[in-house]
Amino acid sequence: MRQISTALKLDENRLASPAALAAYRESILAERDPNRPIIIVCHGTGCLATNSPKVADTLRRAIAAAGLQAQVVPEIKTTGCHGFCSRGPLVIFHPTGLFYQRVQPEDVEEIVQTTLLEGKPVERLLYVDPNTGEHIVHDHDIPFYKYQQRLVLRNIGKIDPADIRDTIAAGGYQSLAKVLAGMTPEEVIAVVETSGLRGRGGGGFLAGRKWRLAVENVRKSPGPVYVVGNGDEGDPGAFMDRTLMEGDPHAVLEGMIIGAYALGAQQGYIYVRLEYPLAVRHLSVAIEQARALGLLGQNILGTGFDFDIKINRGAGAFVCGEETALIASLEGRVGEPKTRPPYPAEKGLWNRPTIINNVETWGNVPQIIEKGADWFAGMGVPHSTGTKIFSLVGKVNNVGLVEVPMGITLGRIVEEIGGGVPGRDEFKAVQTGGPSGGCIPWELKDTPVDFDSLTRVGSMMGSGGMIVMDKRDCMVDVAKYFLEFLMDESCGKCVPCRMGLERMHAMLGEFTMGKGSLEDLDELHSLAEGIKDGSLCALGGTAPNPVLSTIRYFRDEYEAHILHKTCPGKVCRELITYAINSELCNGCTLCARECPAGAITGVKKKPHEINSSLCIKCGVCFEVCKPEAVEIL
Amino acid sequence: MISFTINDREVTGQEGWTILEVAKWHGIDIPTLCYHGAVEPYGACRLCVVEVDDGQQRRLVASCLHPVQEGLKVQTDSERVKNVRRWILQMMVDEHPGSQRIKELAKSYGVKESRFKSDRVEDLCILCGLCVRACDEVVGARAISLGNRGVRKEVATTHRLPSPECVACGTCLYVCPTGAMEQLFDRIRG
Amino acid sequence: MSVSFEKIEAILDRFPPQPEHLVSAFQEIQAEFKYIPADAFNAVCDHLGVPRSQGWAVATFFKSFSFEPKGIHEIKVCLGTACHLKGGARLVEGLERELKVERGHTTGDLLFTLDTVNCVGACALAPVVVVGEEYQANTNSRKLKKHLKKVAAE
Repeated sequence: MRQISTALKLDENRLASPAALAAYRESILAERDPNRPIIIVCHGTGCLATNSPKVADTLRRAIAAAGLQAQVVPEIKTTGCHGFCSRGPLVIFHPTGLFYQRVQPEDVEEIVQTTLLEGKPVERLLYVDPNTGEHIVHDHDIPFYKYQQRLVLRNIGKIDPADIRDTIAAGGYQSLAKVLAGMTPEEVIAVVETSGLRGRGGGGFLAGRKWRLAVENVRKSPGPVYVVGNGDEGDPGAFMDRTLMEGDPHAVLEGMIIGAYALGAQQGYIYVRLEYPLAVRHLSVAIEQARALGLLGQNILGTGFDFDIKINRGAGAFVCGEETALIASLEGRVGEPKTRPPYPAEKGLWNRPTIINNVETWGNVPQIIEKGADWFAGMGVPHSTGTKIFSLVGKVNNVGLVEVPMGITLGRIVEEIGGGVPGRDEFKAVQTGGPSGGCIPWELKDTPVDFDSLTRVGSMMGSGGMIVMDKRDCMVDVAKYFLEFLMDESCGKCVPCRMGLERMHAMLGEFTMGKGSLEDLDELHSLAEGIKDGSLCALGGTAPNPVLSTIRYFRDEYEAHILHKTCPGKVCRELITYAINSELCNGCTLCARECPAGAITGVKKKPHEINSSLCIKCGVCFEVCKPEAVEIL
Repeated sequence: MISFTINDREVTGQEGWTILEVAKWHGIDIPTLCYHGAVEPYGACRLCVVEVDDGQQRRLVASCLHPVQEGLKVQTDSERVKNVRRWILQMMVDEHPGSQRIKELAKSYGVKESRFKSDRVEDLCILCGLCVRACDEVVGARAISLGNRGVRKEVATTHRLPSPECVACGTCLYVCPTGAMEQLFDRIRG
Repeated sequence: MSVSFEKIEAILDRFPPQPEHLVSAFQEIQAEFKYIPADAFNAVCDHLGVPRSQGWAVATFFKSFSFEPKGIHEIKVCLGTACHLKGGARLVEGLERELKVERGHTTGDLLFTLDTVNCVGACALAPVVVVGEEYQANTNSRKLKKHLKKVAAE
């Protein structure tokens, strides 16, 4: 992590008025040569894990060594996540948009020679459309990007998140300046209200109404108030907030500063999940740089408005994403949810009115102020306005982060942006809404993705996780998986959640072993309803959703387990056996060497066999077999 | 005074009262396990859930915590309420077959032990938190707390060692609804 | 790592004596010693004015705190939904066999602690295992075995 804040001498540029920000932006833009090419090397978590820092380093050195003429030496910029994580490391050339995927340090020499010196693309690094086989040269032509509408993500992948000048050059903090230069808190709230912005963290509560309630409560009981950014993204299969905090931390800060102005808050907190160290680092640098420029802290932009933000790291508890539990944790207490009412807008942090919004919600605020409530409300569908970021993962060709207008159908996201499931099958189900959500079957692929439609089909928007499942996934196992997750994360305070999830898990466990009866399935359904009704907080209240939605749409799979003792997805261990297809086995002996149970025998270059009485069904042979001779029966 | 109905009967309560308090005042029975008038309500056992209709939505709330509201329609024994209570008692009677109090409550709801019945008859603690709240709010000793989370949640002392803060007053023994404290007490006071 | 009062004091000096710093202070202690030693636990509670019983509730509630020393290398097998579908559970079982410890525990030589985590938010790389700070993307039991050998030799 580069510490560039001191080198930037930002303190010398402390901005004394909203107009000074505009002037500073002009000076940054004037220093930059608009014709200088830029090579972007993605430094999101996905690309970092697949070697992108080494690619950037090698590129820097190779360019220096290549002796390019001064005016065409490209700038190497490391940015946040481009979303297309499964293809990382990504290298993108600006202004052309030439897009290379899965670039490794070994490729750099050829890139410099072919692309920089000869001006031609390196064919083998281009993205190949899995459906058409076509090589695609530019990022904007790749279906994954073509159908997206990147608004909250607009700067990510273009700016260096560790350099505030990039953000300012891209228009960052303009909305704050606009607010401080001439809008009353009342006007700010009215814009957010009219925009119809709903909470992006799961609840979907109208942000403007939340703000309004808090302001009314402050009026009734004057004193300190707080704003909180919820970055405790915990839904498995979701990484929208992570990408936003890592890639454009200033968007979150700017939204929170605007919210603080509307509420009259002087202190804010961002609660970041334990597992996101890079997000903490980028937010810390962003806060430091914003303070140095006078965009945060005392006397912001010389207007007399004071507001500062502190980062709190989570300590490993999913339930702390629930707002009352998050607040308890901020106060240094056990992260147990409390009954609402009272809502945080009335009694939040230290029993004072508090606006707590998800970081993606905050990230929407600056552009709403900039472009207006009508512009925002014009996107999406009534009651679900604007765009939403989803993490599209699982059994889909193009895995990554996508931003689309609300109301787009599930099928379009999976098939057009995601490129469908590998192997040209239809997807079986899409799980949305995290562990509180449900599994939506392929038959409902025309369901519009908006808050109310998803709830209607028994799932929910949640924070935006979208996990695609194909015929090799078992829906009973998926339901059991989510219960395992929730049992591990339940705070254990109330009985329906603590004991009920364990009981549902035990019942599902029976089904996955081919035990139980159809009466038990009805019992499970009744228990699920009881937990939904009886639990204290939203975690328990929504925990039965994966069970209820799989029973509703995939009852046949439950029946297959219970009545026929078979697992259609070939996942449930008690109901499957491993075998080697002697026609495909080339006798490489790898499986026999890797088998931890010594269950595989055979001589070299001859088909091997699995002794099913010794087999522990660990699946290692299946995983290592190159000719795919291991079969699951 | 706030007027509303419980089981279609007109009742009144004071501002700030909970549904449970008003129900008790009017002699309407709502079962509880984690509630005790001497300490703050906690809302953990969920046995006291009631169905409320505020004109906008019908939902289940814990009556020990939910404040009374003008015009609220409360049902203490609806089908949804009964389903929640039956399941709570089903799981409790299976997990804590040694507790007489739970056995009786289960019986009154027609709940019998199931195939999931535990054989640990000594396991009596239902984690209602009454001992912890009494030790904190009534005694002020703060010798115990609810440690861990989820299915591993437990009444615990710091480092699981006898508590130097414990004054051996026995208040926890008195409030414990299942007798679980009988076994824990000696370990706590050392 | 030895537990010295100087180290504990140095951490406490960073926090004003207010209960709200409890979680942050425990995080610093955990990062320094790889666990929360009893002396440090008591010192944090007393310094911040938090009853020790309440401190105990907090420290045992959150998954990132431990009261036993963790290994030099922490292995976190992601069990998020995407990783689950792509065999994350198989990886944990494989590592349990390989390291001869159950999940949540540390090897006898204090080299590795094997843990699971409910999603690291790197779903495009599924299945993922984080060893120390390094993400092992699209991994399998075989690749992991090799990687751990390399890490152990360092």
